[in-house]
Amino acid sequence: MVERRPGLTLLAHSVLTAGVLLVAFPIYVTFVASTLTLEEIMAVPMPLIPGNQLVANYSQVLKAGTTGGSQASVGLMLFNSTVMALAIALGKIAISIIASFAIVYFRFPLRNFFFWMIFVTLMLPVEVRIIPTFKVVSDLGMLNSYVGLTLPLIASATATFLFRQFFLTVPDELAEAARIDGAGPMRFFIDVLLPLSKTSIAALFVIQFIYGWNQYLWPLLVTGDESMYTVVIGIKRMITGGDAANEWHLIMATAMLALLPPALVVVLMQKWFVKGLVETEK
Amino acid sequence: MEKRVVFRSAWLPYALLAPQIAVTVVFFFLPAAQAAWFSFQLQDAFGLRSEFVGLQNFEALFASPQYLQSFRTTAIFSALVASIGIAVSLLLATMADRVLRGALAYRTLLIWPYAVAPAVAGVLWAFLFAPSIGIVTYVLRRAGIDWNWIINGDQAMLLIVIASVWKQISYNFLFFLAGLQSIPRSLIEAAAIDGAGPARRFWTIVFPLLSPTTFFLLVVNIVYAFFDTFGVIDATTQGGPATDTQILVYKVYYDGVKAADLGGSSAQSVILMFIVIVLTALQFRFVEKKVQY
Repeated sequence: MVERRPGLTLLAHSVLTAGVLLVAFPIYVTFVASTLTLEEIMAVPMPLIPGNQLVANYSQVLKAGTTGGSQASVGLMLFNSTVMALAIALGKIAISIIASFAIVYFRFPLRNFFFWMIFVTLMLPVEVRIIPTFKVVSDLGMLNSYVGLTLPLIASATATFLFRQFFLTVPDELAEAARIDGAGPMRFFIDVLLPLSKTSIAALFVIQFIYGWNQYLWPLLVTGDESMYTVVIGIKRMITGGDAANEWHLIMATAMLALLPPALVVVLMQKWFVKGLVETEK
Repeated sequence: MEKRVVFRSAWLPYALLAPQIAVTVVFFFLPAAQAAWFSFQLQDAFGLRSEFVGLQNFEALFASPQYLQSFRTTAIFSALVASIGIAVSLLLATMADRVLRGALAYRTLLIWPYAVAPAVAGVLWAFLFAPSIGIVTYVLRRAGIDWNWIINGDQAMLLIVIASVWKQISYNFLFFLAGLQSIPRSLIEAAAIDGAGPARRFWTIVFPLLSPTTFFLLVVNIVYAFFDTFGVIDATTQGGPATDTQILVYKVYYDGVKAADLGGSSAQSVILMFIVIVLTALQFRFVEKKVQY
């Protein structure tokens, strides 16, 4: 701010407040709906003050899903989502960090070829190659398994790039010193490079955890079996018919449960999240 | 940029690269090659036999009014998502850059929709706008607007645009805020001393200096609207009413999974891959030509 203009500052605050309210409105309505009975939601307009069904609705979905349509327990779905998000985040970080270590710290034939091979995958989102990828996974017998759910999403050009960028900024003297002291490459990697990469790892973890948790199309195809549903798929399966046919109070409780874990990760790890986002994409 | 100091080993780098390359080959290159291969083939109704038909699948696609319509739908949808999303986030980021007190609090309150899955975002907005019980529908009806996105194509489009923009605002906001904060204060101060008011400073200094960020976000938002909004659409309109909101990626899924037309769906995949490659190349060209501050 270069000059005092109280009017403009007031305007800024009101625009921001309006923005925050607009962003929060759908979540608030969802929360309210998840604490009401179905009858209260169906009485148009539904009340905008939380009701007293919070415990009843949430324990119902956690144990047994909805009463009409899908009866898969949301507790199990949350577990599946957690496994998927963690496996994707940690898997991506693990295979990318060693791949970038190889690309940055070694000279070997076909180095550039491998680099470009990873690079072009940046351009192929799952959505454009769903059917053939599904065929590959089904041929390998990985349908309805955690491996089939996560492995195809683990290759990540973005993570490899982030680590490569970071390794390139690590001073050469560190590697030199390690070599003079007689440390081999793996020793250097574990004792020097890994501790230095902590921030990058944290940043990537947040981004990839959310990416994994929010996957939709892939689990939709791979998980035919109710016991393998992730929570995002579970919500979709609960919506069976028109407005009136759905058990909205239970669907909204599930929606709250589906968005809380990643939202908490974003808010609690905000510093790394912002850093990771702005750095991986640029 | 290359390292001066490197390690020597005949096998270690290959072993380190092996997992990444294996996953990439099995789940990226193999399927992409298969998609390309299928796109030149025609399968019979039971998927038992297939024959090589050259470019016939592509010719059929471009002769099909539904496919061309899906292109138009995608163009309208992504133009709306990108322009509204960028405009709203730029406004919010500019305001957040102005306030000294509470900037971090606003940021925290604005960024978390990023964490909401597209499919969940779709469900939330579909609930608000539900034709019979939705609370927004109720307000609209009181205002004399007849709202029913189940039968009205334009309203269905509006619904998926709102849900998609809502989810993407936080992402755009963060990038604009980072871009705004990297503009040197001295430039703004110099303009202020010369008597330029806030609006003039914004349009003649801030906005041009933000152009690399804006362009980057334009590409990212288009890619987002093309692909990541699949969940929003499948959880709300499912491409309907009729095919009014059937964007390209939804059509690939619909034709391939629901209608089991492997050749046609693969040909669409190949076209989509081509579009992504063009968009990515564009982005890299422009990101490299970043404006110097």
